[in-house]
Amino acid sequence: MGSYAYRAYPYRRPPELDGTATRRGVTIVGAGLAGPTLALLLARHGVPSLLLDEDDTVSVGSRSICQAKHTLEVWDQIGVAAPVVAKGVTWDQGEVLLGERPIYRFHLQPEPGHKFPAFVNLQQYYVEEYLYARCLAEPLIELRPRHKVVGIDNGAEGVTLSVETPDGTVPIVSDWVVACDGVRSAIRRLLDLPFPGEVFDDRFLIADIRLRAELPAERRFWFYPPFHPTNSVLMHRQADDVLRVDFQLGRDADPVEEAKPENVDRRLRGMFGPDAEWEHEWTSVYTFTCRSLDRFVHGRTIFAGDSAHVVSPFGARGGNSGVDDVDNLAWKLARVVRGESFQALLDSYDIERRAAARENIRQSTRSTDFITPKFAASRVFRDATLALARDYPFARAFLNSGRLSVATAAPGSPLSTPDIDADWTGGPAPGEPMIDAPHTNRWLIDQVGKGFALLAFDADGLRPPRDVTVVALSASGVAARRYGAAPGTVYLIRPDRYVAARWRQPNDAVIEKAWRRACGEGRAS
Amino acid sequence: MTAASGSGLRRDLALKRPDDVYNAIVDAHRDLDDAACRAFDARLILLLANQVGDDAAVLAAIDAARETA
Ligand SMILES: Cc1cc2nc3c(=O)[nH]c(=O)nc-3n(C[C@H](O)[C@H](O)[C@H](O)COP(=O)(O)OP(=O)(O)OC[C@H]3O[C@@H](n4cnc5c(N)ncnc54)[C@H](O)[C@@H]3O)c2cc1C
Repeated sequence: MGSYAYRAYPYRRPPELDGTATRRGVTIVGAGLAGPTLALLLARHGVPSLLLDEDDTVSVGSRSICQAKHTLEVWDQIGVAAPVVAKGVTWDQGEVLLGERPIYRFHLQPEPGHKFPAFVNLQQYYVEEYLYARCLAEPLIELRPRHKVVGIDNGAEGVTLSVETPDGTVPIVSDWVVACDGVRSAIRRLLDLPFPGEVFDDRFLIADIRLRAELPAERRFWFYPPFHPTNSVLMHRQADDVLRVDFQLGRDADPVEEAKPENVDRRLRGMFGPDAEWEHEWTSVYTFTCRSLDRFVHGRTIFAGDSAHVVSPFGARGGNSGVDDVDNLAWKLARVVRGESFQALLDSYDIERRAAARENIRQSTRSTDFITPKFAASRVFRDATLALARDYPFARAFLNSGRLSVATAAPGSPLSTPDIDADWTGGPAPGEPMIDAPHTNRWLIDQVGKGFALLAFDADGLRPPRDVTVVALSASGVAARRYGAAPGTVYLIRPDRYVAARWRQPNDAVIEKAWRRACGEGRAS
Repeated sequence: MTAASGSGLRRDLALKRPDDVYNAIVDAHRDLDDAACRAFDARLILLLANQVGDDAAVLAAIDAARETA
């Protein structure tokens, strides 16, 4: 089953077995979506890392297919966005249907003038292939397949991992360990950390098929379709003419029975009609949970991605939030490793990304409650919303078939300097992600570089701290409108492209103060 | 939401023909079975909530309805 040609990435006998053990700066455990992204972002900041994975190939099954705009903006920093966009299916529209009738269409990014679309759909194995290719080409990254972490001593001065390889088990000592080892995180279990949350009972069936048909590049969600009258169905296109069809099966479905090819085919036949032909790519019957660690930073061991938090699939918040985690972490860890900021800067990772996980869980739980109502009245209101939505546009705002992933804001972050000017009527506030815009035939997000940046709207003569890039912008035009800017407006942008502070008429001293705060409160060297 | 938030709701009469409105609401349910009544009420609540157009007032009305049970 499946048309993707899995390749084995070469394993080498670990040098530690032959007595050449070197202490590592950063060791990343897990090369799924989050791990390699982190390694590449760290390399961009000049920080080397060791990247371990227990197996020697990419994601088994297409899994995470909806790659969000903010994720593409992160991958663009490390040369992975271009191949993802080239291979994937770009979309930013969708349709919600009740029975066979469309009740409305939505447009996620109606305004042009962004480098990246709202979403590109691409199977996770392709994304990982592109990430691995970049890792292998990067001298600062040592990617080691078939290295399975089986033990950890999380010391105050350093972390010792026991790593099992085909040639034996070796200790690897590092200053920092980042656990990107997925939802069943071995490191989380070895440290005996609770992973509290909510379990959902409804079963879903994913059928990824290759179908020869003209299909729209958009998201489709049916409530009570004629081909699956008691529940909902979600459909997405992927690369290589692969289609994802996700059937809600309900609580009492038998997972073994439902996954049998003849039963999957029966459902698909109802959906695509008697003449359609398809091949199966991947089938999976699943339930899901929403969980989060109580803390993401445990001394010198840091959790990111699914090891730290999991959500339901509605809204594509799993893989995308893992990429956001490591985008938030990379520049902070790089500063700490280089001695430019104190370790306390990493507390802001914990605060900001736990808040993001809470928000993702809240959103995904609400979507799940709408799609799979848990009590009778919940279903009654859900159905009332569906009944109204076609003729009463307001009800479409109540209708929740998944609130699709956007970059999560970090309100109240310790790194943000609150607004002092009262007249902000638009633009991203401190703690919110920057917004892309066209800029001199290119894009604003291309101008900010890998460090801090100032967006200066007709604001001349700024003398920013060392290594802070100044991007000169006009106070009229698309960017100015998106930032609510007037002549003299200045935004301070963090390396992860979040707003740290903004002013109407700042002087160099307030900018420097805000920059120090964003680096961990006056602790920069 | 605290008990006090329900106090933001108006307690005086806001309608001009209260008898007509009241009877229209009741009559709309006359031939409906229980399930149809619940579905009807849900649609009506959602329509009215949006018509009120004031998030705080809707939340206060939810509290008030809960507290007068
Ligand atoms: C059916 C399905 C559909 C999904 N759809 C979407 C979607 O559309 N959009 C979205 O954003 N997300 C989606 N997700 C979620 C997404 O796949 C995950 O959130 C994402 O893969 C998490 O990335 P990660 O890097 O944290 O973990 P993973 O990608 O799971 O990577 C973990 C890695 O750690 C390695 N590892 C594990 N244990 C060890 C160990 N002891 N030692 C060494 N290595 C180890 C594993 O081999 C693996 O490579 C979906 C998931 C599923 C199951």
